[in-house]
Amino acid sequence: MSAFQSNRRAVLVTGGALLAAGYAGLSLPARAGRLAATPTMRGGANNYRPGAPIVERIGGGGFLMTGSVRRAGDGAPLPGRRIQMWAHTTEGHERDPQSHGATLTREDGTFQLDMPQIVPAFGQPHGHLAYDAEHDDGGFETVFLRPVMASAGESTLHVEFVLRPA
Amino acid sequence: MSEPNTARTVLVWAAVACALIVPVAIAAGSELLAWRQPVYIAAGFAGVIGLCLLLLQPLLAGRLLPGLSARRSARLHRSIGLALVASVIVHVAGLWITSPPDVVDALLLRSATPFSIWGVVAMWAIFGAALLAWQRRRLGLRTWRSAHMTLASVTVAGTVAHALLIEGTMGTLSKVMLCLLVLGATAMVVVPRLPRPRRSA
Repeated sequence: MSAFQSNRRAVLVTGGALLAAGYAGLSLPARAGRLAATPTMRGGANNYRPGAPIVERIGGGGFLMTGSVRRAGDGAPLPGRRIQMWAHTTEGHERDPQSHGATLTREDGTFQLDMPQIVPAFGQPHGHLAYDAEHDDGGFETVFLRPVMASAGESTLHVEFVLRPA
Repeated sequence: MSEPNTARTVLVWAAVACALIVPVAIAAGSELLAWRQPVYIAAGFAGVIGLCLLLLQPLLAGRLLPGLSARRSARLHRSIGLALVASVIVHVAGLWITSPPDVVDALLLRSATPFSIWGVVAMWAIFGAALLAWQRRRLGLRTWRSAHMTLASVTVAGTVAHALLIEGTMGTLSKVMLCLLVLGATAMVVVPRLPRPRRSA
């Protein structure tokens, strides 16, 4: 697997494969019109700074956060949704303003943002992501996520949002 | 064996020193430290040192360390107990300063991470064990012993679970070894003192 992590293209390919796998895995409930909304995770909102700016990349980059945003029920991809992320990285603590940034989802509902390498903090290498209804006009309910990396050596993390219409 | 066995004494103390110094040295060399503020680093090391001190407590309580009188062992056990309580306070306070919501979640037992719960269990258990020691004269000998030993055992179990589940500055191997030593030392002291079921005559 280490070869897959060695370059950006491989990361993207892996991310794409994960995305495809995600769609395949979730297509059954989607076809049934009952794709369940992603619940907020415990501790997901910790050290959140509302309204972090939309940026090209957080800090120097080197770690790729990827994901998708879909609508609960029919699973339709949601373009233009504002996703905010923050983490303890090689460039700062979770509470530091420079550790926070946001991006918008593309036409196909996916997003990606380059950020500094996430390092283990408070016992786990983990990230934080938010869809905050207060800072988005999409009409969906707020969701805070706290995904944990499979290992500290990973240089990418994939996160899926399924939003419930407000 | 009327004469003290010097070689054994030296060996035991060297082994204990090794068991304590190696994990701290490895943690001190962790690359994670480069990305942490001083308060977070201090909080982490207070935890590492607490785990180290925890190894000494059963050894002193059970008088398993050679070359120490009963009185000396008891005094050291008391001082190290106080140091342990202090290390727990520094650990929690430092983490609180570093990330208040994560520590509030842990203390309210609603943390995203299971190891936080174990840490909080161990914290209350050691506070309880220390409180009992302070009030021991008010308790009967048997009550005091069984209650202190129970809380000490919960402290050890909670601390070991807490430490093993954490991905932090400690090296995995040295951490596992130290945890096994703490568990072993505790078992050596606690198991022989467990109440036995009475046999009818």
